[in-house]
Amino acid sequence: MATNAYVPHAAGYVDNEGPKVVTANFADPESFTLPRYVTSGGYSGLRRALEMEPADVAAEVKDAVLLGRGGAGFPAGVKWGFMPPVWPRYLVVNGDESEPGTYKDRLLMERDPHQLIEGCVITCYALGLNTCFLYVRGEMALAQERIAAALNDAYKSQYVGSNILGTDVSIDIVLTWGAGAYIVGEETALIESLEGNRGMPRLKPPYFPAAKGLYMKPTIVNNVETLANLPWILRNGAAEYKEMGSERSPGTRLVAVSGHVKRPGVYEIEQGKVTFRDLFYGENFCQGIRDDNELKMFIPGGGSAPWFFSEQLDLPLEASEIGPAGSMLGSGAIVVMDETTDAVKACHRVVRFFARESCGKCSPCREGTSWEEKILERFLDGKARMADIDLLAAVGSKISPSPYPAAAWEEEGLEAVPFPPRQTTICPLGPSSVAPITSALRRFRHEFEAKVVLDDADEENVDALAAAADATPVALGGAQ
Amino acid sequence: MSDTETTNGSTEAVTGVPFTLNGSQAYAHEGELLIEAAERHGVHIPRFCHHKRMEPVGMCRMCLVDVDAGRGPGLQPSCMVPVTPDMVVDTESPNSVSAQDGVLELLLANHPLDCPVCDKGGECPLQDNAYAFGPGESRFVEEKRHYEKPIPISDLVYLDRERCILCDRCTRFADEVAGDPLIHFIDRGSATQVNTFPDDPFSSYFSGNTVQICPVGALTASPYRFKARPWDLSAAESTATVDAVGSRVVLQSSRREIVRILGVDSDAVNWGWLSDKERFSYEAAKSADRITEPQIQTEDGDFVSARWSEATDRFVEAIADVDPRRIAVIGGARLSLESQYAWAKLVKSVIKTDNVDCQLGDGLPGPMALGLPRTTIDGACTPGGVVVLLGADPKEVAPTLYLRLRHAIRHDNVTLVEITPRPSGLAHLATASLHPVPGNVGAVLSAVAGEPGSDHGAGVPAEQLQQVRDLLTAGGRPVTVVVGRGNLAESPRYAADAVGTLQSLVPDARFLPMLRRGNVLGALEMGLSPGFLPGGVRRGGGTVDGWEELPQFDGRDTDGILRAAASEKIDTLILLGADPLNDFAYRSHVEEAFANIKNIVAVDTFLTASSKRASVILPAAMSGEHDGTFMNLEGRLSPLRAKVPVPGQVRPDWMIAAGIMNRLGPPSSFRTLVELRQEMAAAVGSLRDVSWNEVDDGADGPLASLERNWVLEFDDPVPPPSSTSTGLRLMVDNKLWDNGTMVTQSDSLSGLVEDAVLRLSPSDARRLNLTEADTAEVDREGVSVSVPVAVEANLPAGVAWMSIRANGFDARELISTDRTVTNLQIRAGRGGQE
Repeated sequence: MATNAYVPHAAGYVDNEGPKVVTANFADPESFTLPRYVTSGGYSGLRRALEMEPADVAAEVKDAVLLGRGGAGFPAGVKWGFMPPVWPRYLVVNGDESEPGTYKDRLLMERDPHQLIEGCVITCYALGLNTCFLYVRGEMALAQERIAAALNDAYKSQYVGSNILGTDVSIDIVLTWGAGAYIVGEETALIESLEGNRGMPRLKPPYFPAAKGLYMKPTIVNNVETLANLPWILRNGAAEYKEMGSERSPGTRLVAVSGHVKRPGVYEIEQGKVTFRDLFYGENFCQGIRDDNELKMFIPGGGSAPWFFSEQLDLPLEASEIGPAGSMLGSGAIVVMDETTDAVKACHRVVRFFARESCGKCSPCREGTSWEEKILERFLDGKARMADIDLLAAVGSKISPSPYPAAAWEEEGLEAVPFPPRQTTICPLGPSSVAPITSALRRFRHEFEAKVVLDDADEENVDALAAAADATPVALGGAQ
Repeated sequence: MSDTETTNGSTEAVTGVPFTLNGSQAYAHEGELLIEAAERHGVHIPRFCHHKRMEPVGMCRMCLVDVDAGRGPGLQPSCMVPVTPDMVVDTESPNSVSAQDGVLELLLANHPLDCPVCDKGGECPLQDNAYAFGPGESRFVEEKRHYEKPIPISDLVYLDRERCILCDRCTRFADEVAGDPLIHFIDRGSATQVNTFPDDPFSSYFSGNTVQICPVGALTASPYRFKARPWDLSAAESTATVDAVGSRVVLQSSRREIVRILGVDSDAVNWGWLSDKERFSYEAAKSADRITEPQIQTEDGDFVSARWSEATDRFVEAIADVDPRRIAVIGGARLSLESQYAWAKLVKSVIKTDNVDCQLGDGLPGPMALGLPRTTIDGACTPGGVVVLLGADPKEVAPTLYLRLRHAIRHDNVTLVEITPRPSGLAHLATASLHPVPGNVGAVLSAVAGEPGSDHGAGVPAEQLQQVRDLLTAGGRPVTVVVGRGNLAESPRYAADAVGTLQSLVPDARFLPMLRRGNVLGALEMGLSPGFLPGGVRRGGGTVDGWEELPQFDGRDTDGILRAAASEKIDTLILLGADPLNDFAYRSHVEEAFANIKNIVAVDTFLTASSKRASVILPAAMSGEHDGTFMNLEGRLSPLRAKVPVPGQVRPDWMIAAGIMNRLGPPSSFRTLVELRQEMAAAVGSLRDVSWNEVDDGADGPLASLERNWVLEFDDPVPPPSSTSTGLRLMVDNKLWDNGTMVTQSDSLSGLVEDAVLRLSPSDARRLNLTEADTAEVDREGVSVSVPVAVEANLPAGVAWMSIRANGFDARELISTDRTVTNLQIRAGRGGQE
C-alpha cells in the first residue's frame, strides 16, 4: 500500500468548517488509499446503486439536480437523458482541468481518487455502459500516479472490472493522459484527442457528444467534480443532498481562489449560501485582500469570464445568480486582483493565454486572439496609438460579434457586448479572449489611454511602428 | 393537372425541404448542406475550406450566414448545416456581411501581399473573396508571420506557409481521400502550420490534387511554378490517357505548350481527382528525346531524318506483299479511338493479318477483356455492394479508380474482398483478404466455390474460405469483380481459371477489367486484338461495313507473335507505339524475337529500346496534340482534344494509317477526322447508338454498348503447380512510378522511380538470414544473380516480390519463361549475415 504523504502545494485545500460532500476525506492524509476510503464508507454508494435498477440510479441523480461542475453548469441527470438507445456508448471523464486559476479537480484526483472511480462506476451502471475513459491532464503527475494506483487497487478488489462486487455488471475504466492543451478541456476536442487525433473541437451540431461522440457513438462527458458527488448522493439520497445549497443549485461545490487574498485555496462551499464578500473577507475563507488593499476587480469563473468589481461582491456564488449579472461561475476559478494591479497588463496576461492556447482551427480565433495580444503588447511596450483602443474592441467583435449593427453598437458604447458571447468560432475559446478586453475597456479605458504614446494621424509614426516591429528589439519608447 | 406541370407536358414536381433563402422560397434535397442548396439556387456563399468531395470541417468560418431554424437568427457555418424545413436564411443580412468582412480581414492580416509574384494570383479564391466580400483595407500594423518559404514537402509539391490560410483542404484530402495522412497541422494558435512528419515527405501518388484544391498560393507544384500566369492560359477539356480510367482533365497551355493539367469533376469517373502521373506526365511531350521528324535507319545503325513521303515509302516497302501470316502488329493502346479504327482497318482489311495485339501480356486475354459481363465505376461503387479485387492493385494500375473504391468502402458501405498475390493499397479496408501463393489463385477460388467445411487443399483455412463464400453469395448485394493481371511471373491461365470459377459461383457478378495502358479497351473494341473485328465481333462471326477483305486465319497474341518471331515464323513486325523490349515480361523471348526478325517498322513518339531496332520510325502525335475519342475501362467515351500544335512534322496516327493505305491499295476511304469518325460510327456496332454530341459535351460521357452476341467460354482449369520446390514463389507487378516512357521522359517524374529490390516477408527474411539492404544470391535455372533485398512487413510468407521496370536490376531476369510459376532459390549474398 502506498504510504507517501500528501505534498502540500502552494495553494491547497482549505477546510472552511462547512458541510462537506467531496472533500469529506481530505482531512486524512492517507485518504487516497483504498483501505482508508473503504473505512470511511467508500464504495457503499456503489453497493447501493447495484441493488437498484439502473434507471432508478439515473432518476436519483436527476432528482438531486446535480449541476455539472465543468463550467456550463448543466444538470448531469438531464444530460444523461439525451443519450439515444444506441450501443456501444461511452462515458468520458474530463480530468483535463486547465482553466487558468482552476485546481479543484487536481485535488480531487490526488487526495480522493477512489471517490472519483466510484462515481465513474455508478455512472456507467446508471447509463448501461461498460467502458469509461478517464482523461487526466498531462501535467498532473501526482494525480496520474494516485489515480493509476487507485484504479489498480479497485480492479483487484472487484470494484471495477468483470463482475463488480459479485454481480454480473462489468465495467472497465481506461486511463488516458493528456498532452498539454487547454482546448482539450472542451468536450469535443477531448473526444478528438481520445481518438488519437489533434485536439480540435468539433462543431455542435451535428457532433453533440450525447449523439455522436467518441468513435461517433453516444458519449457522456462529465467533469471530475460532478462524478465525485455521486458516491455521496447514492449513499445519502437525493433528498439529503438537496438540503444543502440553494433550491436551484443544491449541494456544495469547490471554488479555487487565487490572486491577492490572504489565504488562497480550494474551498468547498454550499451553493448560493456564500457571497463573494464572505469568500474574500470571511474568517473561515480567504480572510481579506493582501496588505488590506482595496479590491480592484475579480474574475468569478475562470479566464473566460467577464470581470466583476466591488459592486458585485454581495452576489451569492450560484450559477443562476451570476449569469444574469453578466458573468459566470464556470469551473469555480476565482482570481482576485487588488488596487495595485495594472488593468492593461492583467488583460494582456489573460488574452495571451488564449492566443497561445487557440488550437488554430477557426480563422477568427487563430488570427484574432494573436492580433489582440499584439495590440495589447504594444500598449505595454509604449507603442500604442489612440486608435488601437477601438481597434482592440473591433478585433474582438470579429470573434464575438455584437448582436447589434455596428452603428448602434457605437452609439450604445462598449457596454453592449453581451454575455454569454456570440461567436464566429466553433468553441468559446476565441470569444473568451474578448471578455477580459471588454471588461477592462469598459471599466478602465483611462488606463489604456494613459499608455498611448503615438499619434494616430502621424503616418510616420505608424510606419515607424511597423519598422520597429520588423526590427525588434529596436526600442520605440516614450521618447517618440 | 397539378400546378407543377410544365409547358412541355412533363411533370417536374417541386420537392425537397422548403426553406427561405434571402426572402425567396427555395427547396433543398434531403440532408443537403445549406452552402450547396444555396449554390443551386444561384446564391454563392463565400468559402475556403468547404469542398464538395470531402467531409465538411467548418474551419475557415468564411461561410457564416444568418440562419433562423426557429430559435431566432444566428450565425451558422453554412458548410456544416443541413437545411431543415422552414429554415430562414439570410446571406446578405448585416450580421452575415459583417462576419464575412471580419473573417476576411483576419485571414488577410497575416497573409503576404505578394499576389503579383504568386502563381495563384488571378485565379485565387482568397483574392476573389477579398474583392467581393472583404473590407478593402487592413488595420493590421503588426509584423506578419514569417516562415521559411517555400519548403518542399515532396518531390513535386512546395509549401509556402506564409500564404497558407489553414483551410484543412490539403490535409483532409491526404487523410480522407488519398489515405496518405502524411501532412498535418503542427503547433497551435497563430503558429499553426501545415507540415510533414520530420522524416516522411508527402510522397503520395495524389499529391498534385492538394495543389489544385489549395484556395491560395500556399501549395505549388514544381512542374508549373512560375511557368505561366492564369490569364495567359488557354484551356480545353480532354481526357487523361496514362491509364485506362480516362480521368477527365482540362489541358492548359501557354505559348503553344501544355503547362498544366487540372482534374475536372466528373461524377461518373474521377470526381476531379488525378494521380500525379495523369497530372504531370504532360512534360514528356516536351522532352528533348521526342521524335519530331520521320526517321530512317542507315546502314551503320544511325537514324537520319527523312521526308514523310520517303519514310512512308520505306514503311510500305517493308510491309507490302508480305504473307499476312508472317507479319504482326504490337501496340495501339496509345491511340485515339479513331486512329485505332483506322489502324485496325489497315491491319485487318488491307494487310489482312490477324496477328495484332494491343496488350503486352500484362492485361487479360482479349476474349475475357471483351466478353465478361461489365459494369461501370459507379456500378462497382453502388452503396452496399461487394467489390472483389482479383489480381492487380488499383492503386498502382488505376489510381483514380482506387480513390473511388476507397470512398465507396469508407462511406457507402461497400465490402471489399481482396484476392491478390500481395496486400493491395486497399488491404486495410478489406473485410476479407486472401493472398494465394502465385499459381494457386485458381485453386483457392475453386476451394471457395467448393463444399463448405473443407480447405480443399488450397492452403487457406476453411473458415476464411467460408467467410469469402458467404460474402460473395449472400445475395441482394451487387457483386463487382475488379480484375487485372496481378503477377507477371505466373501463367495467366491461373487468373483466367479464377475468373471462370468466380463467374460460375456468382452468376450475377459484373466485371470491371482493369487493363494497363490508356485507351486499351478502345483498341480491343476496334479490333486490335487477335480473333476480333471492330465492335467485339469474333472473326468469322460477322463482317464490317466497308471492309472489303478480312483475315483468313486466327492470329497470335503478343506472346505468340514474339515466340513465332523467335522461331522465324514471323519476319515483319509493326510497332504501334509499343516497346516490348522494355515492357514485355519474358525478356529472353523478346530479345530472341528481335534478334531473329527480318524487319521492324515503328510508329512512335520517342526513340525507345524497341523503336531503335526499326528500319523506319514514323513520328506520331501525343495526348494534347490531336483530336479524337477515348474509351475508358468502363466503355465510356470522352473527348481527346488538341490543345497545342504538333511539334515538327508529327502526324496523328490515323493520318499515318491513311497515308499507308493510300500507297498499299485503293485510296483511304477517309481523308479527314470527321469522315473517319462517321465511318467508324457506322461500321462499329457498339458505337452505333452513341450520341457524339454527348461525347464532345464534356459531361460524364456516354457508354458504348458492349453487349456481345457470343458467350465467353472458359477452358478446363489447370491444376496448380506442384510445390516440390523449397524456394520462394516470385511475384512481379507494376508500380505507378516505373521506367516506362511517360515517366522517364518527364523531368519531374523520372526521379520518383524506386530502386529495384527483392521484397521478402519478415519470416522468410529471418529464415534466410537476410535483412534490409542486404544482397541476396538468387538461383534461377542454374544462373546465380545478386539482387538487393528489402523486408516488407505485410508480405505473405513464401512469396518474393519485385516490381518491374524499377531502377537497377531488371526483375524480368528472374522470371522463368517456360514454367507456369517461378521458384527462386535464395541465399544470403555479399553483405548478408553469414
